Amino acid sequence: MAVLLKAEARTAGAGAISLRSVRKVYASSAGAVEAIADWTLEIAPGEFLAVVGPSGCGKTTLLNAIAGFDPITAGEIALDGTTIASAGYLAPPGADRVVVFQNGALFPWKNVVDNIAYGPIVQRRMSHEQALRAAHALLERVGLADVARAFPLKLSSGVQRRVEMLRALINDPKALLLDEPFRALDAISKSAMHEELLRLYESTQKTIFFITHDLDEAILLADRVVVSATRPARVKRVLHVDLPRPRSPLMTASREFLELRAQLTGVVHEEAEKALRRGERELA
Amino acid sequence: MAEPDSHSLRRRLRSSQVLLGAAGALAFVAAWYLLVRFEVWRFAKLPDPLSVVREWTARRPQYGVSLYTAAYYQDIWTSTVRVFCAFALATLLGVPTGIALGWSRSVREFLFPLLELIRPIPPLAWVPLAVLMLANQEAAMIFLTWIAAFFATVLNTMLGVTSIDPAYVRAAYCLGSRPQDVLRHVVVPAALPYVFTGLQIAMGVAWFSLVAGEMIAGQAGLGYMILSAYMDLQTTTIVIGMVTLGLVGFLSSALVRWLGERLTAWQFS
Repeated sequence: MAVLLKAEARTAGAGAISLRSVRKVYASSAGAVEAIADWTLEIAPGEFLAVVGPSGCGKTTLLNAIAGFDPITAGEIALDGTTIASAGYLAPPGADRVVVFQNGALFPWKNVVDNIAYGPIVQRRMSHEQALRAAHALLERVGLADVARAFPLKLSSGVQRRVEMLRALINDPKALLLDEPFRALDAISKSAMHEELLRLYESTQKTIFFITHDLDEAILLADRVVVSATRPARVKRVLHVDLPRPRSPLMTASREFLELRAQLTGVVHEEAEKALRRGERELA
Repeated sequence: MAEPDSHSLRRRLRSSQVLLGAAGALAFVAAWYLLVRFEVWRFAKLPDPLSVVREWTARRPQYGVSLYTAAYYQDIWTSTVRVFCAFALATLLGVPTGIALGWSRSVREFLFPLLELIRPIPPLAWVPLAVLMLANQEAAMIFLTWIAAFFATVLNTMLGVTSIDPAYVRAAYCLGSRPQDVLRHVVVPAALPYVFTGLQIAMGVAWFSLVAGEMIAGQAGLGYMILSAYMDLQTTTIVIGMVTLGLVGFLSSALVRWLGERLTAWQFS
């Protein structure tokens, strides 16, 4: 009994996200628009899940519902068995599932170390000094100690993203929700960011919900890649990525990778064509 | 190699800017002098710049006001105290009001239409009511000076709050903030650049309204000094008053700008 409880507690603390028949309908000037229809998926604790699909296919809407920003119309989202969103209910955002935003949301008026220390301080989980010490330690660990006192706008967007990930990780969240975090980066910084994110993921084993347009990125990083259909969004296909971990950007040249890439391109292409025919924005 | 080059270039640019600025001012003074000296049109009625400077720096000024008279500093002091009291009140009341208006929809719906109706009333139109309602002369002057400054502060602060990127607010909640944390750590600092734009405008309109008020209902201050000089046809004293207003106005705006740049240094990358 005790052993069972302990085992249960371990999985319960680890960040399982259940999406059950999630549906989202918007009221718009053109009438009701169904953005998400029947999105169902179980994300295992510590799993890296990537979601790809055309722009405007409801991926961000889904992430916003998990994060606690926007409500859903029907269905249920649960984090470790606790409902966090259902029809008429939305748990407020919290540090158990931290978002890293598309365009970055480091507070430009706080320097790097104050940004990172912010979460533990407002949650009153650490004293001011403890939080600053922890933030410095994290920066030290990833080799960013020299930017501790810099203001975010003085840093490259790559470094800003790395700092933002640390600001999320210091809270020891159950899940990280990343909304196209590397979209604005050039190919070279992006590849460095992939390496960094892989390192962080493989050392912390947080559940990651990662939205992207970049198929290579999705395969390289994720355990599973979900292709989301467009208008309304639903799970179209789930691809298992069996590349071994630790992974490295060099794997993009391997045969398994290329096979997965071809498979994924085929599925995504169908959706992109559908979207194009309907006059939606193209797959970026 | 490129570093010192670009630096010296920047320095040269800056010195040429100073030079141009000085040339502009000099051209203005020269034109003024010539227009008065050759009695072009009605410029004959005005004092030329030399006689203004002479009067301003005279130990025994012809019309009783110069750098050596106590009355001059008395008027500067009176006006400055009024402006700074009004400015402080505009900041103390305007910034919280602006934040409340930007932050809360219901406060906005409750207060904003009223503010938009009162705001267009020019400060001068408030003179009779201010004098009737506020028995104290100083209070009436400060009220007149305060009113336009208050609106400039409120509107810019509100704009600052409503233009905050929602991602910052969401990020703050994600990291475990309570609403009061968001207010303190996101809303206030994010709005600060706008607040200081508002405060700069407020400082300008404060001087503007003060002088108008002093001219109509004042018994002291730079506006009153200019008006009484006008009554006595002391044109040099009028110009001394005007130049003095230009200087104190410039200095007080520079003070606000300096403070704003120090407090929002993060936005300059």
